[in-house]
Amino acid sequence: MELNSKVPAGPLAGKWDKHKFDVKLVNPANKRKYEVIVVGAGLAGASAAATLSELGYRVKCFVYHDSPRRAHSIAAQGGINAAKNYQNDGDSIHRLFYDTIKGGDFRAREANVYRLAQNSVSIIDQAVAQGVPFAREYGGLLSNRSFGGAQVSRTFYARGQTGQQLLLGAYAQLEKEIARGGVEMFNQYEMLDLVVVDGHARGIVARNLVTGAIETYAAHAVLLATGGYGNVFYLSTNAKHSNATAIWRAYKRGAAFGNPCYTQIHPTCIPVSGDHQSKLTLMSESLRNDGRVWVPKKQGDKRAPGQIPEDERDYYLERRYPSFGNLAPRDISSRSAKYVCDEGRGVGDTGLGVYLDFSDAIKRLGKKTIAERYGNLFEMYQRITDEDPYEVPMRIYPAVHYTMGGLWVDYNLMSTVPGCFVLGEANFSDHGANRLGASALMQGLSDGYFVIPYTIGDYLAGLKPQPVDAAAPEFRAAADETRARLQKLLSIKGKRTPTSFHRQLGKIMWDKCGMARNRAGLAEAITEIRALREEFWTNVNVIGEVGSLSQQLEIAARVADFIELGELMCRDALHREESCGGHFREEYQTEDGEALRNDDAFAYVAAWEYAGDQAEPRLHKEPLEYENVKLSTRSYK
Amino acid sequence: MQLVRNFWQSQIGKKVVMAVTGLILVGFVVGHMVGNLQVFQSAAKLNAYGYFLKHTVGGALWAVRGVLLASVILHVVAAVQLTRQKQAARPSGQGYQKYEPQISTFASRTIRWGGFLLLAFIVFHILHFTTLTIYPDYSPTDVYNNVVKGFQIPWVTAFYVLAMGALALHLFHGAWSSLRTLGLSRPAARPTARPIVTALAGLVALGFAVVPLAVFFGAVQPAAPEQGIPAEALEASALQQSAGAPAGASTTAPTSTLAGH
Amino acid sequence: MKITLHVWRQAGPKAAGKLETYTLGHVSPDMSFLEMFDVLNEELVEAGKEPVAFSHDCREGICGSCAMMINGAAHGPMKGTATCQLHMRSFKDGDEIWVEPWRARAFPILKDLVVDRSALDRIIQAGGYISANTGGARDANEILIPKPDADSAMDAAACIGCGACVAACPNASASLFTAAKISHLGHLPQGQPERFRRVLTMVEQMDIEGFGHCTLYGECQEACPKLISIDTISRMNRDYLKATLTKRPEPTVEYAG
Ligand SMILES: Cc1cc2nc3c(=O)[nH]c(=O)nc-3n(C[C@H](O)[C@H](O)[C@H](O)COP(=O)(O)OP(=O)(O)OC[C@H]3O[C@@H](n4cnc5c(N)ncnc54)[C@H](O)[C@@H]3O)c2cc1C
Ligand code: FES
Repeated sequence: MELNSKVPAGPLAGKWDKHKFDVKLVNPANKRKYEVIVVGAGLAGASAAATLSELGYRVKCFVYHDSPRRAHSIAAQGGINAAKNYQNDGDSIHRLFYDTIKGGDFRAREANVYRLAQNSVSIIDQAVAQGVPFAREYGGLLSNRSFGGAQVSRTFYARGQTGQQLLLGAYAQLEKEIARGGVEMFNQYEMLDLVVVDGHARGIVARNLVTGAIETYAAHAVLLATGGYGNVFYLSTNAKHSNATAIWRAYKRGAAFGNPCYTQIHPTCIPVSGDHQSKLTLMSESLRNDGRVWVPKKQGDKRAPGQIPEDERDYYLERRYPSFGNLAPRDISSRSAKYVCDEGRGVGDTGLGVYLDFSDAIKRLGKKTIAERYGNLFEMYQRITDEDPYEVPMRIYPAVHYTMGGLWVDYNLMSTVPGCFVLGEANFSDHGANRLGASALMQGLSDGYFVIPYTIGDYLAGLKPQPVDAAAPEFRAAADETRARLQKLLSIKGKRTPTSFHRQLGKIMWDKCGMARNRAGLAEAITEIRALREEFWTNVNVIGEVGSLSQQLEIAARVADFIELGELMCRDALHREESCGGHFREEYQTEDGEALRNDDAFAYVAAWEYAGDQAEPRLHKEPLEYENVKLSTRSYK
Repeated sequence: MQLVRNFWQSQIGKKVVMAVTGLILVGFVVGHMVGNLQVFQSAAKLNAYGYFLKHTVGGALWAVRGVLLASVILHVVAAVQLTRQKQAARPSGQGYQKYEPQISTFASRTIRWGGFLLLAFIVFHILHFTTLTIYPDYSPTDVYNNVVKGFQIPWVTAFYVLAMGALALHLFHGAWSSLRTLGLSRPAARPTARPIVTALAGLVALGFAVVPLAVFFGAVQPAAPEQGIPAEALEASALQQSAGAPAGASTTAPTSTLAGH
Repeated sequence: MKITLHVWRQAGPKAAGKLETYTLGHVSPDMSFLEMFDVLNEELVEAGKEPVAFSHDCREGICGSCAMMINGAAHGPMKGTATCQLHMRSFKDGDEIWVEPWRARAFPILKDLVVDRSALDRIIQAGGYISANTGGARDANEILIPKPDADSAMDAAACIGCGACVAACPNASASLFTAAKISHLGHLPQGQPERFRRVLTMVEQMDIEGFGHCTLYGECQEACPKLISIDTISRMNRDYLKATLTKRPEPTVEYAG
């Protein structure tokens, strides 16, 4: 396997324009002769499917949801970045580019990130044209806020529902194209395999989740926009059904997996309340603007927070990061919370939580101001925990939130399987080792609205405008394999539920491949996961049948893939002997416990190639060259 | 034509028809109620009012009746069709085993039954006091004594009062929702609050119901027959035994006689 | 807590369904309603029985997947709360809880508590969008939108498409859903060019799907997890009237079937 990033030559700022001119175009009359499969209708998938249909391609779009509007993108709260510089505060495309590269701890591809920053501007225009009701000032202009510790106000938002509104905008365009006949929509279809013919992606195997029918679909190109894989950890802020099956199947068909170990752990989530916990809820990061984070100084101090006097409290973020304090970046805040809890100073029944205290802010600003700023968040918190954050400090704990890793793609968003493109959180492309707040929405929409419409043409123009041979034996073989895999799951009839395996996998991953990782732990994790996989395939109890709506079967098939992916993540984390962004290796830290990057040895993308179920995957490296920024060490002291 | 058909075919179109006809009927009902209250002034006043309607308004009264009849018919036809559609939208047998209304008013949930009751009432009322079919011995002109006779019968009074209860509920929901159906009401913090309509519904029903009740409990007593009707008209009606007097006979209402009471 | 559940079980779209009774012995008040169902399903699977199929995904009240009629109320007893955000502390030890799917002809039951809500997508397909192909949009700040308009648009746009309005409505009407989209786009300058065409086609589609009419019971507003106001329905009706009075029929309009 050869990794060719296809980054165009020339100065950074001109690369994308030049590339747009260099790519081949498909003759307008021929466009409708090309079929494109889009899997996923989150921000990335919906925007791509709608735009490709507008251009004249015939699109088939598959989602496992009962409507494209339910994709996980709907849950994004905070906002979307764009280098509009509407606030006149010094923002620019270059600054957004630089912030993203630096935020990613210098592990992203320069050219991609620059293009992302360029496209960010058009995304806002496009969304407004579609009727996305972004927040406005009284004068009617768009409102912005600063987000995630950024120095400029470049985040556009629609109350706390930015993802929802952007997705509904893209969804509406998709529905428009469905009505026009350009897109054929397949709701409640789950892609279970990628069909590769003569080395090119030529279709998918999908299961109709309502009837259970296993069907194959052929096309000239397949786009995967299937979201992130944070649910490997079982508990995460992702939606319950978010899963890795589509990209994992593509991986097994030859698409390299980029940087699987880069995971983002968000510091402000509501802690686990018990074994029944099914997912974690994110509390907006903005809370840290006014809340103070602390734990008791004494270990195992079980007093109520109000009874712990001031001098027995440890405001550890303020203590360790005096200049950033409670606003220290996500990875640092998360890790610090873990440390204090590991020391036995965590709060709440489980001991896995820290206080986020608003009492000082309430004293200083008044309850009314705090209610105006965070009223809805406080209400949400109270609904879940039954505690009133105006009276007692909130309890928060970090949770898995986002996966920067994903299928490796070149500048055209094409994976190592020609014809298979990957968009949105499913690819590895733009965030390096850590993603900045409000940048995932931007990336998904940039990929779908403004990148793939150009780059797919370059690929399709090289194909003859003739129908894809859907009768090729590869289709039937892939469908048979899928059916056999599902039958196998049903036939085991063991003793444990699929979810119990998922929980166990999550625990291994969280303990050993979570916020802090080390060599011994990762090696153990690999062994444990292998054993878990063994047990899964001999002792899982799946109730249902292939030929009908069977939610347990859906879960089981996803868990099977998560288990394998978990192992790859540990492998990647083990091999990357440095700390960067969301990947923190305990062996590689500075004296005062900060991440220690190793640019000489690890300034590359790790792209893993599948080599067989029992064999170790093959590692390929795409070197990262920085021509426009100087590599530096992040400091938030 | 196509537009009209589309409009009528759409459920919103039908609802608009119901709202418009409903509001026409509300207007009528209010007028009717105010007119009725003259029973408390005097027999002459009420009879003269009846006479005025029949003779002075005369031919126009038929136009009004035509509008009212058309309104009732359209209102009922639309209601029946919409009810069928709603039944199809959640067929019986596929409904909930357990359903708890959260906020909808009793009035809204009973609007269809109330409507049927009112329809039955209207028919009865017309046969009772307008065509005098039920009690042919009533005088075509002595409205006052007809009323008194009518409401001395307990079941009639009971039926009227019941119907007015239904009317109150029907108005409480119908008058309010008509304005919303037509998109005339302004956005509100609590869109379901409706103080004005509540007052209207209460007053109308009370204003109507107070008459039978007053008669029944003896607050309104029989009066000398045929007060307040011009002598010529009485003669003419005695001669012809007919309800329709010649158009020329209805020039001036004898206000002076009325004023004397 | 001990909870007795009466849950609608139905093997498939055509099968007959009935309420089955289950008892859960150890329900924590901190569990969400769906986590209680997770526990029930784990127990059923362990007992070799078919678990209850139900829809859910985000469990944060935003994706609109979850849909349960709980004790006769859509999304249960708490106002402005989707099923997934409801917690067991809203119930008492020993409570009996009835759980049924949304019921409407336009929402056929697929299995147990899972219904097919694609009718709502088809209403959007009929016109619930602004035709703005990608590319060519002008600068976002060139369109000035007064804050109150943007806020009103956002109020209506908050709809999560869960279908609770239909479920709660005695007429199984989709008016609140349709009106919310019409209001969202109607409040914005970008939505004006297609405003009247949109209301005609969306309303027509709503009827084609077999939803009932709006009697303004108010149940939809009460059930709506996003508290969308029935004011939007007035607005839809007003636009519909205006559209009928002012608009000539278009030569051929193809609606989604
Ligand atoms: C709680 C939360 C808050 C967030 N807030 C922000 C924020 O404020 N700003 C920001 O920029 N980012 C935020 N993010 C991150 C951001 O929301 C996601 O990264 C982004 O929305 C992912 O979009 P996507 O289109 O790639 O995938 P998704 O939206 O996850 O869509 C995946 C799609 O793929 C389909 N799919 C997946 N697998 C299959 C299969 N096998 N077969 C068929 N279909 C399949 C699904 O049905 C779905 O349609 C947040 C994330 C979370 C969890
Ligand atoms: S599960 Fe998403 S709204 Fe309830």
